[in-house]
Formats: sequence, structure tokens, C-alpha cells
Amino acid sequence: MGYELVVSAVTNELFNSLADPTRRAIFERLCRDGEQTVRVLTEGAGVSQPAVSKHLGVLKHAGLVRDRREGRQTHYSAQPQSLAPLIDWMSLYSAFWRDRLDRLETLLNRMDQ
Amino acid sequence: MNKPATTRSVVIEREMPHPPDKIWRALTQGPLIEEWLMKNDFQPVVGHRFNFRATPMPHWNGVVDCQVLVVEPNQRLSYSWNASGEEAADGLKTVVTWTLTPTKGGALVRMEQSGFRPEDETNYQGANYGWQRYLGGLERAVARLD
Repeated sequence: MGYELVVSAVTNELFNSLADPTRRAIFERLCRDGEQTVRVLTEGAGVSQPAVSKHLGVLKHAGLVRDRREGRQTHYSAQPQSLAPLIDWMSLYSAFWRDRLDRLETLLNRMDQ
Repeated sequence: MNKPATTRSVVIEREMPHPPDKIWRALTQGPLIEEWLMKNDFQPVVGHRFNFRATPMPHWNGVVDCQVLVVEPNQRLSYSWNASGEEAADGLKTVVTWTLTPTKGGALVRMEQSGFRPEDETNYQGANYGWQRYLGGLERAVARLD
């Protein structure tokens, strides 16, 4: 099932938070490697620490990461279950079939002519 | 027969001001199906295997594997709707059934897609399967939001 079909069924925020390649790389790394500090994430990100912190803030707002303070360090971990709206097949197909039934009706109206 | 007991369905009903035989044509003639659904090599013959084809995109091969299960002209049409290729093993295995019921002004069109398993709904399975597959298409999707 194509992604264009999902768009209407999920929040723009979730999409937007993952549309940025750097943010997506950070999120994927947290999913892959588990909890990380901002400092460690910055080493692999190719951008400055403030930029990484800003990206993490966006991901946190979208519910995709959780933070945990420990002393002077903040640790971030992925919350991949937040992606569920993107891959909920039932709502995806509901939206898909509604859209296709609209098109079917359009076709039927044209067949009248 | 290991069919899981806990499958769910998507059901959509809509009354359309068109006679059942006309709707049946739109549901069963390949070129007409393509106009509202997808490219296909459908034939209204029980047992016929066919595909729906959309434009492939990253992480989705664009092909749905189907087989015709029921053909009752102007009344009922059913076909399997399964993931294909490398995605088949862990992908969807569902059945789409169309039912047409005559009404005073046309027909009630009922579409049921059944066989969704719990694991289909939240298919991400931790960090490995699922979300990585889907992330590839996000940029394209987001581009369409603007």
C-alpha cells in the first residue's frame, strides 16, 4: 500500500518530524542502538550539538523520543510505538477504500453520459 | 486450517444511485477497474490469479497478489488481496468482498476487507521490521502535503 494513502490518516506532525533526513537518522540510530546522550548522538550526526538538541526537541514533541535527565546529561530513547498511526493497516485501508469509492461513483456518473 | 480467531475487517457501505448491473461492470471490467482502483489483469473467473499494480515506490513493490474467489453476477464478487514478492511472507493476507443489494433508487454497495490480523495493525516489531520499511516513503508523502 502506498504512502500517499496514509497521509490523510495520520498527523502532519509525525510526518514532518521524520521528513528531515538528519532527524530521521537520529531517530533510526536511537531505535538501533538504544538510549543515547546528546553528546554521543552529535558525534555521529554531522551537525552541531545545538542542532541535534533542536532535532531531538521536535522528535520529542511528536512523541517519537523520550528524554531522561541523569546529572548533567540528558539521555534520549526512541518510542517507536508512536509510529503506529503510520502503519495501522485498518485505518489506512478505510481511508483508501473511501477514496476509491468516491472515484467509483465519479466513474459511474460518467458512464451515464 | 490455522486461521487466527482474532482477525478484523474494514467495512464500507454506500448507497449509489446506479443499478447493480452497471456497478457490476465497473467492478469487473479491467479497464473500468483501472479508472477507479488500479491497473490490473482481472478476469471475472473463479480461480483466476491476477495483480493490482500501482507505481512502485521505495519500500513497496506496488503489486497486490489476488485470486478470484466468488463471482455471482450483479450480486457478489470476492478476491484475495495479499502482499506480494518479498513482502508476501510477513505481509497482508486479506479478502475483499463486494456485495450489491438493489434498492429503490439504485444499489447498496458494501465492501468488506477481512482478515486483518493483530500483527498487521502494528507491524513495526521493534526496531527491525516495519518502520524502517515505511520511513523510506515519508519524504514523498510529506512533499504532497504542501
